[in-house]
Amino acid sequence: MEFIKNFPFFSIMLGMFSAIVSSVLGAKAAKYVARTALFIIMVLSGVLLWYTYAQGGGSYVFIMGHFPAPWGNEIRGGSLEALFAVFVSFIAFFCVIGGSKAVESDIEEKKQSLFYILVMLMTSSLIAMCYTNDLFTGYVFIEINTIAGCGLIMIRQTGKSIVTAVRYMVISLMGSGLFLIGVTMLYTITGHLLMSPIQETVRELAATGDYSTQLTIIIGLMTVGLAIKSGLFPFHMWIPDAYGQSNVVSSCLLSSVVSKGYIFLLIKIYFRTLGFDIVKDSGVLEVVFIFGIAGIIIGSLMALREKSLRRMIAYSSIAQIGYVYMGIGLGSLAGVAAAIFHILAHGVTKSLLFLSSAEFTDGSHARRIESLKGEASQHKASALSYAIGAFSITGFPLLAGFVSKLLLGGAAIGLRTRQWFALIALAISTILNAFYFLRTVVFMFIAPSEEHDAEIDIEKGPEKFVSIINVRNPLYDLALLALIAVNFILGLFSGPIIDVINEGLGLFS
Amino acid sequence: MKKTNGKKLNKRNVKENISSKNGLSKRFESTYRVLSAIMIVLLLGMLVVMILGMPPIGYAQNPDNNEVAARYIESGLKETGAVNIVSGMILDYRAFDTFGESCVLFVATICVTIMLRMDGGANSSKAGEDENPEAVTALKKKEDEDTDYEDGITAIKTRTGRGVSRSRRVEHLKSHTFENVDSSFFEPEHDTILQKCAKFIIPIILVFGVYIVLNGHLSPGGGFSGGAVIGAGFILYLSAFGFEDTERFMNAKVIKWVTFGALLVYCLAKSYSFFTGANHLESGIPLGTPGAILSSGLILILNICVGMVVACTMYSFYALVRRGRI
Repeated sequence: MEFIKNFPFFSIMLGMFSAIVSSVLGAKAAKYVARTALFIIMVLSGVLLWYTYAQGGGSYVFIMGHFPAPWGNEIRGGSLEALFAVFVSFIAFFCVIGGSKAVESDIEEKKQSLFYILVMLMTSSLIAMCYTNDLFTGYVFIEINTIAGCGLIMIRQTGKSIVTAVRYMVISLMGSGLFLIGVTMLYTITGHLLMSPIQETVRELAATGDYSTQLTIIIGLMTVGLAIKSGLFPFHMWIPDAYGQSNVVSSCLLSSVVSKGYIFLLIKIYFRTLGFDIVKDSGVLEVVFIFGIAGIIIGSLMALREKSLRRMIAYSSIAQIGYVYMGIGLGSLAGVAAAIFHILAHGVTKSLLFLSSAEFTDGSHARRIESLKGEASQHKASALSYAIGAFSITGFPLLAGFVSKLLLGGAAIGLRTRQWFALIALAISTILNAFYFLRTVVFMFIAPSEEHDAEIDIEKGPEKFVSIINVRNPLYDLALLALIAVNFILGLFSGPIIDVINEGLGLFS
Repeated sequence: MKKTNGKKLNKRNVKENISSKNGLSKRFESTYRVLSAIMIVLLLGMLVVMILGMPPIGYAQNPDNNEVAARYIESGLKETGAVNIVSGMILDYRAFDTFGESCVLFVATICVTIMLRMDGGANSSKAGEDENPEAVTALKKKEDEDTDYEDGITAIKTRTGRGVSRSRRVEHLKSHTFENVDSSFFEPEHDTILQKCAKFIIPIILVFGVYIVLNGHLSPGGGFSGGAVIGAGFILYLSAFGFEDTERFMNAKVIKWVTFGALLVYCLAKSYSFFTGANHLESGIPLGTPGAILSSGLILILNICVGMVVACTMYSFYALVRRGRI
């Protein structure tokens, strides 16, 4: 076996290892350990992507231990998994280096090393979730991810963030519970926990027609469980507080990679465990499609009436998760590919938006959108980055958001009734997106008028933004630049990435 | 969650003096309750229908009675060297899952530490003097945010975790930090009966816990259960003799380094085993004679590591809940 094939295993173990080592280190050392580890993981995943895609390595199974398929644990490497691992480690690395000053000012010094432990555990569990070839391993790492997510929210240690973390934990654990019931039931009717043997058994069951009700309910339970955890529409109530109250790095990570990890696992379960045809026949995808569309519309409307900047960006996440589920709900390979592309595009854009908004708001004060006037003159770099992020999420050509919307629209065309719903939802939400995001950009770039400021002071005196933490350092600029660059790369050179996604999806089934 | 929404609405309505909206939110809440009850009944019915169609428990023809279980039972002893098949399964066949599980414990400890350790408490005056002023201002700012009375109460409740009287809680809220509380506040009562009993029971508990850990590969038990027993022994010791005595052998430093060492050994040992397994190399770990205490390869070492982590986790949870630091 080639040495490169060990890289998924190295990335997972390196993440865990650095988290364990950080537990005895101080804040500063833990920071550098986390940065180094994330960078190495990014490089390893990149090399694996190059090997599996450009070198034609295809996909392979890696035995975790001495025992092969139905007996021991396994992970699976392939181009799509490698792409997702690159995505996760890239976002985590640049959020961690870009938000280092925000972390320093938000978190008690003695607890900063704990923050980096959580980031490392979260990243490596996300990477394990993406590489796993075993349903139960998937569940174990979902658990790590959930608890780490709670920690990331409450590490600011304000009353509100603790309440938010408790709410996140309750809702998220409900999702894990439903998923776990699904896994146990699937084990009872198939007798396996590894993905490939389950798929064989499920195919046989589908051919004979045994346990068809059970299979449908299992698909439903797993889908609902992971949908709750990623924040699909009716289960979205935890999102605005969780992203709005937490530290800026936590919001970036939670919105861009954590919720996406669950969706990636769901796609992997659909293709590798149950078989996409069986999932399509079960009718679950129609429900996912409807709720995806509802999420798009309602998320956009809620963002429109939101007054605080961070919470508005958080609400827009609900709409973007809706896009992803709508893509999956289209029930075609093109739809799922578009959904995966949207995962990447949204991850890059949302972390850019959160990171650049860090200079205008620190999350604790409800920064009114009206009070953003004239910010661009003070914070040129972050205002410009915010504007690029806003353009991208609205679907401006040359940027990532445009390509993903184009792909989603293209995937919808030709699917009789669904195409109209999908296209109309896309159109409406694009208009709403443009309205609420560009409103903030316009506010930033117009000069503040004296009288208006006074008015705000009287009206919303206590709510007005008072203190701004200086989050800027060269690394912050570097992180913004990198995120913008990748945004443009996804927008201009989307061809190879779509190829990787299509090839990876082909290898899944 | 809906309730808080209702509360917010109510607050706003009180301010604006609009009574019609209040009625609307009330109506919404009652409909919400009815709807959620219906949803729960539906989910319950669905799950019952599913379970009724499941294969019956214990039948030989069941799908889960397949080649996987057969190999675990038939050649588990030969391949892992563990007489206790369950240990062989969780620490050798499916060791990656168990590694994940011990990381779940680790991350849970981290989160509880974040939540309960009060660095701003007894140590804050020291920290304020010799460390950078930025951190202190950030800390103060955060405390200002906590002025919401209810939030403060919840924070206090969650931090102390014991039934302090209401007036006392308010007192803490006013002082905001625990500087004013002397350490005796957190000390257990030195109860003579408890101390005499504990003297007899604790050695037995600890020896039994160690036995469970060390015999994990031979008899039912293992790191998780044995560690829990050892941790319970430490907690009993703390309740009987107080923090001062316990800190001689269990303090923040010991717990930190023991957890670190155990997890590190686990991580490295398993990485080695995974690496050799996946690359089809000989691991060179002897399995020993089945039934002997020194047998079954890595399983014994991993059980000891897991036992140490679990015992430290149990104890530190208790100490953190009790007084906000280990």
